Amino acid sequence: MEAIAHLKNISLSYHSPKGETKALDNVTFDIYDGEFLSIVGPSGCGKSTLLSVISGLSLPSEGTVKIEGNRKSAYMLQKDHLFEWRSVFSNACLGLELQKNLTAENRQKVHELLKKYGLEEFAFKKPSELSGGMRQRAALIRTLASQADILLLDEPFSALDYQTRLTVSDEISKIIKKEKKTAVLVTHDISEAVSLSDRVLVFSKRPASLKAEFKIEFPDNFKNGISAREAPEFREYFNKIWKELDK
Amino acid sequence: MNNNPSKEQIMFIKSLNRTKQAVKITRIAIFLLFFIIWEIAADTGVIDPFIFSRPSSIIVCAIGMLKDGSLLRHVGITLFETCVGFGIGTVMGTLVAVILWWNSFINKVCDPYLVVLNSLPKTALAPIIIVWLGNNMKAIIAVALLTSVIVTIINVLGGFNNADKDDIRLVRSFGGNKKDVLFKVVFPSATPYIIDALKINVGLSFVGVIVGEFLAAKEGLGYLIVYGSQVFTLGYKQI
Repeated sequence: MEAIAHLKNISLSYHSPKGETKALDNVTFDIYDGEFLSIVGPSGCGKSTLLSVISGLSLPSEGTVKIEGNRKSAYMLQKDHLFEWRSVFSNACLGLELQKNLTAENRQKVHELLKKYGLEEFAFKKPSELSGGMRQRAALIRTLASQADILLLDEPFSALDYQTRLTVSDEISKIIKKEKKTAVLVTHDISEAVSLSDRVLVFSKRPASLKAEFKIEFPDNFKNGISAREAPEFREYFNKIWKELDK
Repeated sequence: MNNNPSKEQIMFIKSLNRTKQAVKITRIAIFLLFFIIWEIAADTGVIDPFIFSRPSSIIVCAIGMLKDGSLLRHVGITLFETCVGFGIGTVMGTLVAVILWWNSFINKVCDPYLVVLNSLPKTALAPIIIVWLGNNMKAIIAVALLTSVIVTIINVLGGFNNADKDDIRLVRSFGGNKKDVLFKVVFPSATPYIIDALKINVGLSFVGVIVGEFLAAKEGLGYLIVYGSQVFTLGYKQI
């Protein structure tokens, strides 16, 4: 697989009147086209900062981020952040609108995405009329519609209750695979990372540095998603990552 | 919905309606009672009708003023001044709030001034304003404006600053600039605060106008109140 993003020797410090906090320490890794990459680490270790650096919203103090071929990235955050003052359709168009790219053709595409993922009849309803899972799906469509190639998922499932979380994470990861997008998921849930990803990066406590890397492979009959949790390999990966994780 | 509600449900709805009705009746009764007691008290000499007036003479006076059109004229003037003061106050306050939100340096510089201006009894400045702007409608509107604009700034700015940080991050990550953040996130999410500010403003502008008219007007409700107490026709004042 072709690498589409290179992070080289990234360090980043936050400055406040009370002093300096180092969030990232000499982080180097590549992101490959079409992969589902998970980043796990203890809470508050600087995982979200890493996404922020990839997106370009934060500039690293040291090191370089290189994204190949003008690829764009887009966020999916912990909460769905659908705006209550917009309809579901208009929320889904937000990315395109901000990129000044809301053509008739793209509107049509948004409609098709909503239809494809079962939100067609809710297109002109308010977000509050949707269930938690549907809201996350709508947020994903907003991200997909913006034609970003790299989706940055910042603990997008952690606000959902456990049962919804399993179904929604399964659903979302399938949609991302189907649309052939690259995803970088930040999570503190090891089983979520193992069941969804192709590759897991484990980070240390703050300042975050790369501790270990695991390639996740399941036999064909287990695939990714919920059923992966039943594979014998699942436990194995889980334990390996658990051992690496700072406690 | 059940088409055949149970007996219990019917009873429940009935008692609900009964309570609603009782509340309404009691409200009206208190209103009427107040005026009846007032009238009787004035009649029997418990209170001096010369000082406290009485409902019947207020009504007579109001009808008289309605007939010669002066009441409507005064109400109209006051209403007009309130609306103008309120409108300018809202627009100006919101604009200033936008500027303060946009530039955190100006915001920090202005913050203590806003606090001081807000705690100032604005109506007490009315005489100074009248000295500055003259004995006319301009001065009255300026007083109304002064009473409402600071509160608007503070409320609307509070609404702006209350916008969700991650909502803003989202817009930013899609490549939105500060203007996009303002119009797509901050403004719509602050709308309830702006509406609250408007509600407070109508009242404050009205107070400002009345106080202004106390001091400077030849027309309007405030003028009528002052005129009434000076010539001791309390019927006027109590309309």
